[in-house]
Amino acid sequence: MSADQQNIAHHDEHGSMTKKKIWGVFWVLLGITAIEFFIALVLIPRGVLSHPVGNIIYIGLTLLKAFYIVAYFMHLKFEKLGLIYSIIVPLIFIIFFIVWMLYEGNFWMHIRL
Amino acid sequence: MTTNTSEIDEIKSTPWNGGRSPFNVEYGKMMMWFFLLSDAFTFSGLLIAYGALRFSSVSWPNPDEVFQSAPGIHGGAPLVFVGIMTFILIMSSVTMVLAVEAGHRKAKSEVSKWMIWTIIGGFAFLSCQAWEWTHLHHEGAWWGANPFLNKDGSVASTNFTNLFFTITGFHGFHVFSGVVLNIIIWINVLAGTYERRGHYDMIEKVGLYWHFVDLVWVFVFTFFYLV
Repeated sequence: MSADQQNIAHHDEHGSMTKKKIWGVFWVLLGITAIEFFIALVLIPRGVLSHPVGNIIYIGLTLLKAFYIVAYFMHLKFEKLGLIYSIIVPLIFIIFFIVWMLYEGNFWMHIRL
Repeated sequence: MTTNTSEIDEIKSTPWNGGRSPFNVEYGKMMMWFFLLSDAFTFSGLLIAYGALRFSSVSWPNPDEVFQSAPGIHGGAPLVFVGIMTFILIMSSVTMVLAVEAGHRKAKSEVSKWMIWTIIGGFAFLSCQAWEWTHLHHEGAWWGANPFLNKDGSVASTNFTNLFFTITGFHGFHVFSGVVLNIIIWINVLAGTYERRGHYDMIEKVGLYWHFVDLVWVFVFTFFYLV
């Protein structure tokens, strides 16, 4: 039992976010959003990037923002591996569902045309 | 005989042999995580429906034309207002982690201060959403009514507005619930409930929910306003 308590105390010491780290993550999130705005308001209207390429970059940046929120703000990065896996692994079903439904949607469009 | 017994005891001391939480988190926090996982599936279902319907359409309304106004700006400013909303939500997420951090130090007045900022952020976001919904409604958009044309100039189906109001409405409902939960937790902080309990774990649990709301907005922002 005492080993257990020690373990929890140890975990807290390493896992807690300092104020400096919190503001660091804030600037990362704000920076990524600023890049998204730059793409939407400057790069795409000027024809530097095409819409499909821009969309792929948006989705990549969105997933990056999601990683920072879940890993640091929600603290998942510092939890036990078992908890991390039980939250992240089920998301495979979402990826499967996305691929399936977008393929299906595209198919409906070709039927309509 | 005695050696055998001690070996069995040895095996039972691993984290997965019962008697303690293998995840090393408190019960309520773990259940919040699993609730949020289920909620992630719900929001994914809604956003994937949006994706499937958009992929099945020959053309779709242009978000830069639909969302181009802000209070005092009548058109021609795409992304400005939603940019403010995104900033407010990220800021309120930051103040929430700062409340959690203050909770670790058991600094009651600091927890209270950051909770107040988080609640203000929540109300600010909800006010922005109320303005946007009102504005779109005045333009003739609502469930079952879509005044916006597709990018190619053809008349659009009501899929776009139906999904917009359903998804942002469901998200707004989550924000509202989060604000209510935050207020309850804040009152408990003031009442000294967590000080007597010896820990501020409830701040972490409500914080997980609040960050999740921010997380969903990150996806809603990308798929409704950018893509």
